[in-house]
Amino acid sequence: MAALAAPLLTRVLKHNAAWVLALAPLWIFLHFGGMLETVAGGNSVSGGFDWIASLGVRFSWYVDGLSLTFALLISGIGTLIVLYSGGYLKGHEQQGRFFSFILLFMGAMQGLVLADSFLMLFVFWELTSIASFLLIGFDHRREASRRAALQALVVTGLGGLALLAGLLVVAMATGANELSTLLASGEALRSSPLYAGAFVLLLGGAFTKSAQFPFHFWLPNAMEAPTPVSAYLHSATMVKAGVYLLMRFNPVMGDTAAWETVLPLFGGATLLVGTLLAVRQSDLKLMLAYTTVASLGLLVMLTGFGSEVAVEAAVLYLIAHSMFKGALFMVAGLIDHETGTRNIASLSGLRRAMPITFTAGLLAALSMGGLPLFFGFLAKEEIYAALAGTDMWAVAATLVAVVGNALMFAIAFAVGLKPFIGPLGDAPRKAHEGPLLLWLGPLVLAVCGLAAGLFSPFAHHLFSSPMASAVAGEPVAVEISTIPHLGLPLALSVLTVLLGIVAYLGQTGLRAAMASLVRTIGWGPDRGFDQSIKALVRLSVAVTRIVQSGRLDIYLTATFIAVALSILVPMVAFDELPAMPQVTEFWFYELTVVAIAVIGLGAVVYARNRLTAIVSLGIQGFAVALLFMLLGAPDLSFTQFMVETLSVVILALVMTRLRLAVSEHRPLGQKALDVTVSAACGLAFGLLLLKVTQLPFDDTLSRFFEVNAKVIAHGRNIVNVIIVDFRGLDTLGEIAVVMIAGLAILALIRIRAKDGAQAVSKQTERAQ
Amino acid sequence: MEPVFAALVGLFFAVGIYLMLSKHVVRILLGVVIFGNAVNLLIFTAGRILREVAAIIPEGADTPVGPISNPLPQALILTAIVISFSFFAFLLVLAYRAYQEIGTDDTDGMRVAEPAGEPLPPIGY
Amino acid sequence: MRTLIFRTAAPYLSSLMLLFSVFVLLRGHNEPGGGFIGGLIAVSAFAILGIAHGVPAVRRAMYFHPMAVSGFGLLLSALSGLLSFVYEVPFLTGIWTSVHLLGMEVDFSTVMFFDIGVYLVVVGSITSIALALEEREDN
Repeated sequence: MAALAAPLLTRVLKHNAAWVLALAPLWIFLHFGGMLETVAGGNSVSGGFDWIASLGVRFSWYVDGLSLTFALLISGIGTLIVLYSGGYLKGHEQQGRFFSFILLFMGAMQGLVLADSFLMLFVFWELTSIASFLLIGFDHRREASRRAALQALVVTGLGGLALLAGLLVVAMATGANELSTLLASGEALRSSPLYAGAFVLLLGGAFTKSAQFPFHFWLPNAMEAPTPVSAYLHSATMVKAGVYLLMRFNPVMGDTAAWETVLPLFGGATLLVGTLLAVRQSDLKLMLAYTTVASLGLLVMLTGFGSEVAVEAAVLYLIAHSMFKGALFMVAGLIDHETGTRNIASLSGLRRAMPITFTAGLLAALSMGGLPLFFGFLAKEEIYAALAGTDMWAVAATLVAVVGNALMFAIAFAVGLKPFIGPLGDAPRKAHEGPLLLWLGPLVLAVCGLAAGLFSPFAHHLFSSPMASAVAGEPVAVEISTIPHLGLPLALSVLTVLLGIVAYLGQTGLRAAMASLVRTIGWGPDRGFDQSIKALVRLSVAVTRIVQSGRLDIYLTATFIAVALSILVPMVAFDELPAMPQVTEFWFYELTVVAIAVIGLGAVVYARNRLTAIVSLGIQGFAVALLFMLLGAPDLSFTQFMVETLSVVILALVMTRLRLAVSEHRPLGQKALDVTVSAACGLAFGLLLLKVTQLPFDDTLSRFFEVNAKVIAHGRNIVNVIIVDFRGLDTLGEIAVVMIAGLAILALIRIRAKDGAQAVSKQTERAQ
Repeated sequence: MEPVFAALVGLFFAVGIYLMLSKHVVRILLGVVIFGNAVNLLIFTAGRILREVAAIIPEGADTPVGPISNPLPQALILTAIVISFSFFAFLLVLAYRAYQEIGTDDTDGMRVAEPAGEPLPPIGY
Repeated sequence: MRTLIFRTAAPYLSSLMLLFSVFVLLRGHNEPGGGFIGGLIAVSAFAILGIAHGVPAVRRAMYFHPMAVSGFGLLLSALSGLLSFVYEVPFLTGIWTSVHLLGMEVDFSTVMFFDIGVYLVVVGSITSIALALEEREDN
C-alpha cells in the first residue's frame, strides 16, 4: 500500500517524504510490539481467511516468538532504513521508485515471516527475490548492477523453486499445508521415507537465500545496490529468510543425523570462507558483505548443532547481528556519502569531522566484536557455551568459531574504528557530519545493541526466550547476562579478542596474503555463474538454429510427421486398427465421381503448366461438389460449386501475372521423404475414418436438430436452420472472419510495392 | 460405400500434404485447397453417408419423414467451405505480394523473418 | 475474353444471377439455399460483370464500396441478435412475427435478417477481393 503512494509523495515532498513513509513500517512495528506480551507468555496469535477456497488455500498468518521477533526486526530496522535512504538518496531523480521498491520488499518480507500456509510462504519468498532484484538493479545503467541483480534473482529464484518442491514433499509426507499444523506432526515427517527429499530441497531453498557456501557469491556482488539496500536486505532481512526457514523447520525436521551433520558442515565452511574472503577486501561494504556471509554460516551451524544452548545462541546472535550489521552498513554508507570513497586504505582521522557517525560505528563494532556490556557479547558467550565439548566434532566447531569470530572482530574494528582514528586520510572529499536523516538510523541501532545488552533480562523475556522456544519446539528460558562469569566460554572469548586484535593490527599483511591466495585459485562460483550463463545462451542459440531453421518445408515435414505418428502409433499400440472393410454395395454414380476426383488429384500433381494445374484443381473440386449433391447435401454442393468457380477465377487472375513454373523437380531423396510422409498421413486419416465409420453412430445431436428445426425455429431446411439459428453465434463469428480476411487482402494489395521493397531490403541489410 | 470414401479421403490428404511439402508457394497453395476438401470430406463421411435424401422436412410435416442425411456435418462443412475460401484467397494474395517484394516463390528464399546466419545474441548483462 | 457476345450478354446475365441469388437467399430457410450460397452467386455475378466491362463498371453498379456492404451486413447480423435483449431471451434467439402484406401472410424473423447479413458480408468481402485482383490486372 505504502509502496504505491511512495512515488507520488516523493514528487511532492522531495526527500522529506521519508518522514511520512517511515510511518508505515513504524505503525507495523508498534502493532506487533503490542503483541509482545501475549507471545512472551508462550501463546501464539494466528488467523486467516479463505483465499482460494476451492483449492483449500487459505490466506493465513501465524505469529509466535520466532515470527514476532523477525517481524519487529524487519519493521523496526525498516523504519530506520527508510529514513536513512531519504538522506542517502537525497536529490536522486528516482528516489520515489526506490521508496516504492523498498517498501514492497518490506511488505514481502513481513509476509514471509508471518505466513502460515505453505503457499503464502512460497509466494512471499519469491516476492522478496523479485523485490531484491529490483533493488539491487536499482542503478540499472551500470552493467555490474544488472549482473548482480540477475545473479541474485537466478540464485534465489532457483532456491525458491527448490523450496516449493520441498514444501510440496513435506505436505505429501505429513498432509499438513500450514506451518501451525505441521509443527504438531514432526514425528511423522522424520520417520517418513520422503524425509531425505524434503530435507535436500528445503536446504536448497535456505542455502541459496542465506548465501551459504557454495552459493555465497551473489551476496557480495549484490553490494552494487545503494547502501540502504545493502544495509537492509543483506544484513538484517532478506538473507535471514533462509535462516528463518531453517529455524522454522528445526522443531519438525531437526534432531536427525542428516540435519545435525549437513547444517554445521556447510555453516562452518561458510563461516571460514566468508571471514577469509572478508579480510581480503579493502572496500568497506564488501568487507561487511563477506562477514555477513560468515555470520549466516555461523547461524546455520548453530541451528544445526542440535542442543538447546545452541538454539539460544543462534537466536541471540541473530538479533545482535541484525542490529550491529545494519548499523555498520549504514556507517559505511555514511562515510562513502560524505567522503566519496569506501576504500579502507584512504580513510582515517574522521573522528573530528564526523563524531556522531564515529559513536555509532564504534558502538556497533564493539557489539560485533563481542565485548562485554553489548548484546553481541551475550551472543558470543552463548555460542561458546553451546559449542564447547570434548569430542572431535565440538572441538572442530569451536575452533572454526574462534577463528571466524576473531577475524570478524578485526573487520568490525576495521570498519567501525579505523576510518576515524589516526591522521586525516586522503579522501576525495572533505568530510563533515551527515544530516540527521543519515546518522539517526545507525545511531539508534547501535544504541539498541548496547541497551539490549545492559538490560538483558528484559530483552530475554520479550524476545530471546519466546523465539528460542519456538525454534527449539519447547519452552526455553534464556538467562545469560552481561556480567562475565568465569568459565570456558569466557576464556574462549578472551582468546577471540586477543586473536582479533592481532588480526586487526596485521590486517594489511593478511589482506595481501589472502588476495594472492585467491588469485592462485583463480576460479570461483562467481566465475562459474558467468560461464554457465554464457553456456546457456550458446546452447539456446544452437537449439534455436536446429529447431527454427527458417525453412518452411522442414517445419511442415516435422508437423506432418508428428500428425501421422500421433494417429498411427496409438492405433497400433492399443490394437484399435479398423476391421477389414467389407464393401457390400457399389453405387455406380458415386464410384464414377470418385474416379473423376482421383484423376483430378493426379493431374494436379503431374501438371506441367499453370493452366493444367488450375483446371485439374477445378476438376477435383467439382467432383467433391458432385459427391455432395449425390449424397443428399444440395446446400453444400451449391456452395462448393460456387467456391470452386471463384477459386479458379482468382487463381487464374493471379497466376497469369506470376511467371512461375507449377511443376518442380525435387531431389530424389527429398521426394522419397515427402512421399513417405504424405502417404503415412493419408493412411492415418483413412484408417481413422474407417475406424470411425465402424463404430456405432451417436445421433443425439442430429436428432435434436431434426426434431426441433420446424417446431422451434420454423424452418424446413435443417442445415440452414442450424447455421442461422441454432448455431447463430458461430456463424456471426465466421462472417466476421470472412470480412477480416477481405480487409486484410485489401490492405495487402493496397500497400505500395515500392515502400514494401524498401522495407524488406532494409531488413536484410540489418540482418547482415 | 464408407470404405471407398475412407480411401478417397486418405488419397486427398496424401496429395494435399505432398503438395504442401513443396518448396514452391504455388504448389503449397494448391495443396491447401485440396487439404481443405479432404477435411470437409472427412467430416462429411464421419457423419455417415446416405444417398439422395436432403436434410429437408417435407411441407406440412413437423419432423422429417423417413431417413434423411445427417444435417449437422453439412452445417459445419458449409461454413468451413466459405472460411477456407477466404483463407485461400488471403494466402494467394500474400504469396503474390511476397513474390512481388522478394522476387522468388521458393520458400527457402523467403528469409526476412528468420535470416540465415544470424549473429549470436550479445553475451553480457 | 471480351468478345462482343460476352460483353453484350454479361449485364443481363449478371442481373439475372443477382435476382436468382436473392431468391436463393430468401428461400433458404425452407428449401436448399441461404445466405452463404446466395452471396457466392451474387459474387459470381459481379465477377462476370467485372471481366466483361472492367472494374469501374462494377463499382458504379454496386454504388457502395464492397467493404462497406460487408460491414453493413455484419452490423445487421449482430443487431438482429441484439434484438433478443429487448425480449430478454438469450443472444441470437430467433424472434418471429407475421405480417399481412398484399393479402398474403409473410413471416418476418430476426433469423431472416441475420441471413441477409450473412449474404451481405459474403457479397461485400469476396467481391472486394475479386475486384481488387482484377483491378491490378487492368493497370
